[in-house]
Amino acid sequence: MDTQVTKKKLGLKERYKLLTRDLGWEPTHHTRDEIYPYVKYEGIKIHDWDKWEDPFRLTMDAYWKYQAEKERKFYAIIDAHAQNNGHLNLTDARYLTAIKIFLQAISPGEYAASKGFARMGREFGGVGTQVACQMQALDEIRHAQTQIHAISNYNKYYNGFHAFSDSRDRIWYTSVARSFFDDAMSAGPFEFMIAIGFSFEYVLTNLLFVPFMSGAAYNGDMATVTFGFSAQSDEARHMTLGLECIKFMLEQDPDNLPIVQRWIDKWFWRGMRVLSLVGAMMDYMLPKRVMSWKEAFDIYGVENGGALFNDLARYGITAPKGWDIAAGAIEHMSHQLFLGLYQWSFGTAFHGWIPSDDDMDWLSSKYPTTFDKYYRPRWEHIKKLEAEGTPFKNFGLAKLCQTCQLPTVFTEPGDPTLTCHREVDYKGEKYHFCSDGCKDIFENEPEKYIQSWLPMPALFSELGGDIGAWMDWVGLRNGIDNGDYVGSQDQVNFDKWRGMATSNK
Amino acid sequence: MAVTSLKEYIGVPRDTVANFNGKQLVYASWDRHLLFAAPFLTCVPPGMKFREWVEGPLTALIQPDPDAKSVDFSKVEWLKSNQAFTPNFEASLAENGIVHKEQIRFKTPNLNSLFAGA
Repeated sequence: MDTQVTKKKLGLKERYKLLTRDLGWEPTHHTRDEIYPYVKYEGIKIHDWDKWEDPFRLTMDAYWKYQAEKERKFYAIIDAHAQNNGHLNLTDARYLTAIKIFLQAISPGEYAASKGFARMGREFGGVGTQVACQMQALDEIRHAQTQIHAISNYNKYYNGFHAFSDSRDRIWYTSVARSFFDDAMSAGPFEFMIAIGFSFEYVLTNLLFVPFMSGAAYNGDMATVTFGFSAQSDEARHMTLGLECIKFMLEQDPDNLPIVQRWIDKWFWRGMRVLSLVGAMMDYMLPKRVMSWKEAFDIYGVENGGALFNDLARYGITAPKGWDIAAGAIEHMSHQLFLGLYQWSFGTAFHGWIPSDDDMDWLSSKYPTTFDKYYRPRWEHIKKLEAEGTPFKNFGLAKLCQTCQLPTVFTEPGDPTLTCHREVDYKGEKYHFCSDGCKDIFENEPEKYIQSWLPMPALFSELGGDIGAWMDWVGLRNGIDNGDYVGSQDQVNFDKWRGMATSNK
Repeated sequence: MAVTSLKEYIGVPRDTVANFNGKQLVYASWDRHLLFAAPFLTCVPPGMKFREWVEGPLTALIQPDPDAKSVDFSKVEWLKSNQAFTPNFEASLAENGIVHKEQIRFKTPNLNSLFAGA
């Protein structure tokens, strides 16, 4: 019998090598092309997968330990929030409109990202990439779960949360985020990395998560702040992975540059369209506002984005094609979208409202050259219609963009008084777009986008225009989840419970 | 290349007229009247007369705008697919060449109450 020898403990470097890089082996029964059939068709040329840098050198066992730690802290706070009626610390239940949109549109995106990264972990040919993608897949599913758990507490007391997964698949305003992820997941592995790893995680995360989380903090939403914190260290890792991936592609072969640039152009524009929801949230939905959408874009978009593209300039990358048009539209996009969300609020699983006089004064101060000139007159007219007992509902439904799937609410570059009309005839069918950016994306790959499932046409092609049947199908309870906040169950209940918590009534 | 793919790939368009049970989509928008956040979607039979479409769904939909009562549809400037267009009010949508998913726009140059200051 051999004597038992105590094994020497492994050093970090050795451990990383054994648990990641050494997991890759050279196949003998099949060629690499057979095992990794999707890494070449997009045209990206990779010569040496080992050049992939893994900046965190995280091994799966260490990953597991960190995440378990965070999980314990997260659930301790969420439990405390639930047990102490944390929902009554909100500034106002109107705030929950932002959280409803987050749960219906963004959290399912985390789940989609998990599926996508799990696939990329299989499809990429290098072991460093595979492990990094696997960890991100786990992060993303954890984010989806923690968000759903954190927000589920509000579902006990307020409406509009119960059918979020049906909303994600079926309702109309979520399709901007859903189609973003569907588009990415049906692309090849490298484009997926630009779409999610680079555009979404790197370029847009600051503009999406930071405003949501600081909005939550400003409005007393401890549950959302907590999942934000719990996700933060993961996001740092994701951003680094996205940036590493883009540098890796650009360093491997000069032929990759034009392909990468086209993807950056595309995914920047698709990202801006998703961000229109964030803009509307920041400018209209937070009872206590953090900063205007324009201020956020100036800091996180112009300054940080500008620095990033300066950094990538040495590879030949230029700022995304639609950058100037997007920057020019910052003064208008949140107003144009919220006006739509209000007038179609009979079909939203959240409440809309007419901005109060205070709200409008705040908007004038943040948008001094545009709000009073273009948008206030419309709201004043809508207030008048409301006062006359004929509140404004737009039962016309809306033309949707074939690419981003938002209603075509946006105006011509340089003319905020005229809707941007763009159309293309392709194989005898007409297709409509909200912008040149979305039209360009379609024209690059028409065979993909002609298949878009557009919610509003589908109401007629699949349900014969029956709005009641549509509401059942999307999980929308008429008169409960939708319509004006004023007079809603959410408003009545919040005011009553808060009154019980803060007075003797 | 019409799509980046491993091999030849032909998509199936989702919103063809065959899926609309004998009807078709016609989009309508009133230029520079942005109380309405986006062009309207109407789903109507191709045999509907242009006049019926205008006096029916279109007239009903624009009512919330303060200029609605002052619109004289016989005098407005029409566009179809963003090109100037002279509709025959007594002919059907199909006879007017208004196909499925057609975008009709109309302009009323002297009416713009909600943009008076713009």
